[in-house]
Amino acid sequence: MWSAWETIHAFFNRDCPAFLPAVLVVAAPLVGAFLMGLDRKITARIQGRIGPPILQPVYDVLKLFAKEPIFLNRLYIFYVLMHLAFMILAVVLLALGQDILIILFVHAFSTISLILGALAVRSPFSRIGASRKIMQMVAYEPVLILFVVGFYLSTPVPHSFLASGAMHLNQPLLFSLPLLLPAYFAAVVIKMEKSPFDVSAGQHAHQELVRGVTLEYSGPFLAVIKIAHFYEVFFIFTIMAMFWSTNLWIGAGLALAAFFAQIVVDNTNARLTTFWMVRFMWGGPMLLALCNIIWLYGTGRG
Amino acid sequence: MKLLAKSPWVVHFNCNSCNGCDIEFLACLTPLYDLERFGILHMGNPKHADILVVTGSVNHRNARVLENTYLQIPDPKVVVALGVCSSTGGIFADCYNVLGGIDQVVPVDVFVPGCPPRPEAIIDGLVQSLGKLEAKRVGKAVPPVTKLVRTFRPPAEPGEKKED
Repeated sequence: MWSAWETIHAFFNRDCPAFLPAVLVVAAPLVGAFLMGLDRKITARIQGRIGPPILQPVYDVLKLFAKEPIFLNRLYIFYVLMHLAFMILAVVLLALGQDILIILFVHAFSTISLILGALAVRSPFSRIGASRKIMQMVAYEPVLILFVVGFYLSTPVPHSFLASGAMHLNQPLLFSLPLLLPAYFAAVVIKMEKSPFDVSAGQHAHQELVRGVTLEYSGPFLAVIKIAHFYEVFFIFTIMAMFWSTNLWIGAGLALAAFFAQIVVDNTNARLTTFWMVRFMWGGPMLLALCNIIWLYGTGRG
Repeated sequence: MKLLAKSPWVVHFNCNSCNGCDIEFLACLTPLYDLERFGILHMGNPKHADILVVTGSVNHRNARVLENTYLQIPDPKVVVALGVCSSTGGIFADCYNVLGGIDQVVPVDVFVPGCPPRPEAIIDGLVQSLGKLEAKRVGKAVPPVTKLVRTFRPPAEPGEKKED
């Protein structure tokens, strides 16, 4: 099994480097949509309901494309397209094994595009959603930055930021970044807009701020946000799989476990306030991540 | 492929209702009835919705708000009048400020009778509206609306004494 994976990996990297990104541009949103459908189904079963079909997110997107396009101004439509474009770029750069710091910035800029789009309309709910989205970024971005630093320190000397270096580690990333895993998981819960951190835009039938940042988007433009979210789901769980990148089967298992854990967290927690979220993230997960980095320096890997 | 019928999103508008219909509508989202198994989501935002569910009779103050909500929903869209008040005005039909059923203000596609309607009737009404939603998308002729409830006002007899 392992040698087969090595062969496939070698083929993608040396013989046809554009193949994997090209496949992922098509496959990533499908995987994301499937995961979101699974999410809704499992949530329904936890609540004792039958739940929608697994392919429901796909139906939702197809329906939104069949709706009439209504928009208020061209600017916020431009921003939502930027949101999708940069999210795709983040997935492609990750597949190409590029600099993980740049990938993180591209991903952050994608989120900022969504915030700018929400700020480009005059709806008060949209603006409150945007300001809360900024607070979400303030809460989770330090953890992501510390993850990148930890990744850099975990690579063999000379250190490198290249994501492709994850394939050539001596030991899984989890062994050198054990405290960053729960910290990153907390960031995942925020990125997935799950309780207790779903303050900027409700997913599913939860309602917060009417619809928060997505409030003024309708029809095909809302579909663009949905598709970008599918890419994002794929992206954040791929990063989760990187914690065991030396064997991608275990990595995928880790990502799946995190996926199920965040559904349980969503269903067992009530929504909390924005500032509680920031206090929690800076007091708990960020401190864990910092301790991990200090420990890495202490063991002489810095 | 029936695109719209597979993921209808609902926005619920309380016109002038006594909240009986609203509570019954929310009961449809509970595990016992589980509207989400049809892909139906309760949106709370007309810009994301396909179906406008209205409870309560329309009066002079909220007629404009109802029309505004209706206009914010992107086409194709359907309107479901939930309960007897939104169909005809119900027991409030004779009130000085009540205009009557919501069909005075917005075109209604499905009338769901009852005071309040049972969750089964509400689900039945919503599923009926899905057919009309799909017909509107492909531009087919929408079957005529049947109003199951009618206002009945006995004519005032001449010389009748008013009750105190």
